[in-house]
Amino acid sequence: MHKASVLIAFGLLCAGTARCEEGEIPLLDAGTDIKNIESLQRGARNFMSDCSGCHSLKYLRYNRLATDLKIPEADLATNLIFTGAKPFEEIATAMPADSADWFGKPPPDLTLMARERGTNYLYSYLHGFYADKTRPWGVNNLYLPGTAMPHILYYRQGLQKPAYKNQKDSNGNAKMVLAGVEPMIPGSMKPEEYDQYVRDIVNFLDYAAEPIKSTRESMGIFVVLFLLVFFVFSYLLKKEYWKDVH
Amino acid sequence: MAAAPQTAGTGKGFIGWIDQRFPLTKLWKEHLAEYYAPKNFNFWYFFGALSLLVLANQIVTGIFLTMSYKPSAAEAFASIEYIMRDVEWGWLIRYMHTTGASAFFIVVYLHMFRALLYGSHRKPRELVWIFGCLIFLLLMAEAFMGYVLPWGNMSYWGAQVIVSLFSSLPVIGSTLVEWIRGDYNIADPTLNRFFALHVAALPLALVFLVVAHIMALHEVGSNNPDGIDIKKYKDAQGHPLDGIPFHPYYTVKDLMGTGGFLILFASVIFFAPNFFGLFLESPNFEPANPLQTPPDITPVWYFTPFYAMLRAIPSAFGTQVWGVMVMGAAVLILFFVPWLDRSPVRSIRYKGPICKVMLALFSAAFICLAVCGMKPPSGIYTVLARICTAIYFAFFLLMPWYTKFDRVKPVPERVTGHA
Repeated sequence: MHKASVLIAFGLLCAGTARCEEGEIPLLDAGTDIKNIESLQRGARNFMSDCSGCHSLKYLRYNRLATDLKIPEADLATNLIFTGAKPFEEIATAMPADSADWFGKPPPDLTLMARERGTNYLYSYLHGFYADKTRPWGVNNLYLPGTAMPHILYYRQGLQKPAYKNQKDSNGNAKMVLAGVEPMIPGSMKPEEYDQYVRDIVNFLDYAAEPIKSTRESMGIFVVLFLLVFFVFSYLLKKEYWKDVH
Repeated sequence: MAAAPQTAGTGKGFIGWIDQRFPLTKLWKEHLAEYYAPKNFNFWYFFGALSLLVLANQIVTGIFLTMSYKPSAAEAFASIEYIMRDVEWGWLIRYMHTTGASAFFIVVYLHMFRALLYGSHRKPRELVWIFGCLIFLLLMAEAFMGYVLPWGNMSYWGAQVIVSLFSSLPVIGSTLVEWIRGDYNIADPTLNRFFALHVAALPLALVFLVVAHIMALHEVGSNNPDGIDIKKYKDAQGHPLDGIPFHPYYTVKDLMGTGGFLILFASVIFFAPNFFGLFLESPNFEPANPLQTPPDITPVWYFTPFYAMLRAIPSAFGTQVWGVMVMGAAVLILFFVPWLDRSPVRSIRYKGPICKVMLALFSAAFICLAVCGMKPPSGIYTVLARICTAIYFAFFLLMPWYTKFDRVKPVPERVTGHA
């Protein structure tokens, strides 16, 4: 019996180690829900208007998105496809081929970013821009220091300034360290509106990273229920056969 | 008219026709219907049959994956996403395969632990154990090469780290590494040959060894939790009194075990296929990038105990070959266990306190090493890894003495109880 508890403890220990390498500043909670179709639809709209200019989703096809998010295919061409692509094509960016070094490095494809970095990271990142005159675009990021990306949502969120706190280093000398951000110039959205706007984008990216996710979870309930029933019957069968073993 | 040549089968009908040409009924009787297994198998005895189940799962899902996977550095990553998105049920087949890889190591580690627990490696089952060790060794190679195939960034850098271990060997090191990679770097030719080995050479060898493992087992008969010989007391028909035919008794019992296992297996596949970044690691969702290492290069969980040993050994005399040797020795030492164990009894049930403490320490050290292998190699984890490496080897190297001089309890003549 104690072996089992050791195994369980081991499992918990491993689960506890999962992804917290981002360091000192804790990530915000994205609070996304992949089963919320309306949020995903808004996220798709937000992504297409604000992100797809530079970021591709090269493993996701427009028509797959339309089917999964219950968007009529007629609306695709008018509301979501800005590149003249066919509905069966993958989501490419509008950036011309010779623009790879506009930002110093090509903007990454975002199809799998939610699986690579997690939804909380993406949500935090889009909340983490602050004014920094030393950077080429005048902004830095709390969660990805030295980011090459400009604060593209500036007009929505407004601009934040860095907040510092005093901290003693290992030699006992007090020094200022970056602790967070605080509002400086308001944007067109209230903070709650901006939170929801970003949450929808992140939710959509979570969907894009694994379109089958919500289907697999709802399917899984039936599979596991079936297996539980199977287990009960196999147990009864075993008991019946083993009656004569003494 | 001359009599027809004597043939093995004498039965009638279709099966009789087969039996005269192929030992179908004979095989069925020898390995299932009249293979007498001890009646007191407990929980630990599920994992042999489950290993076979997972092997079958890996082969069947693997065959379907090869139908859509492209073994080329330019296309591999995208072809995995193609399987996940565009191939009908491709996501399920792939998750069954990736979860199956981890499940394979879970059931095999538990199966091996069972052998240590009840002395299943002792005479006359040394060859059963050695075939098993060879299976474990091949399984590690198979899993490593399979992990490289998705060509994600962790695939790439994991391959980089593991293959370059061979470069620490004196004289031949760098030539050997170049020969393994087929290039000056981990690249397209490496991926191609790993694919060939992963889907053809190693599975063939694995299946062959599994057959040998089971044949050797059925030749000498199964051990049991009491570690005693059931062939001593037989009934009038010559069947062991404490034995029961494998079929139907253990086939229905293993069916129940399969049901229990599948509940856990399906739960991972459908609800947590990444399994908290342990079964599918996050950096592997980024394509291989030779110019950018992931934040930490960690192997998949089942290699981490051995990886921790590798890193625990400091370099000395200007070479890091010592860590590689210790890691290799950690696997090779398993082969000698049947001769290291000198206890007069097989099962832990009748062994003394020293043996019990040593096995418990060994198990704790192995789990601790697994955790250390996932952590950055610094501070407390390096110290822990060194202590646990010492315990790991002490368990084996001191075995001839502590098993010989430890107290033992009297062993019963007949098996005690059954589940």
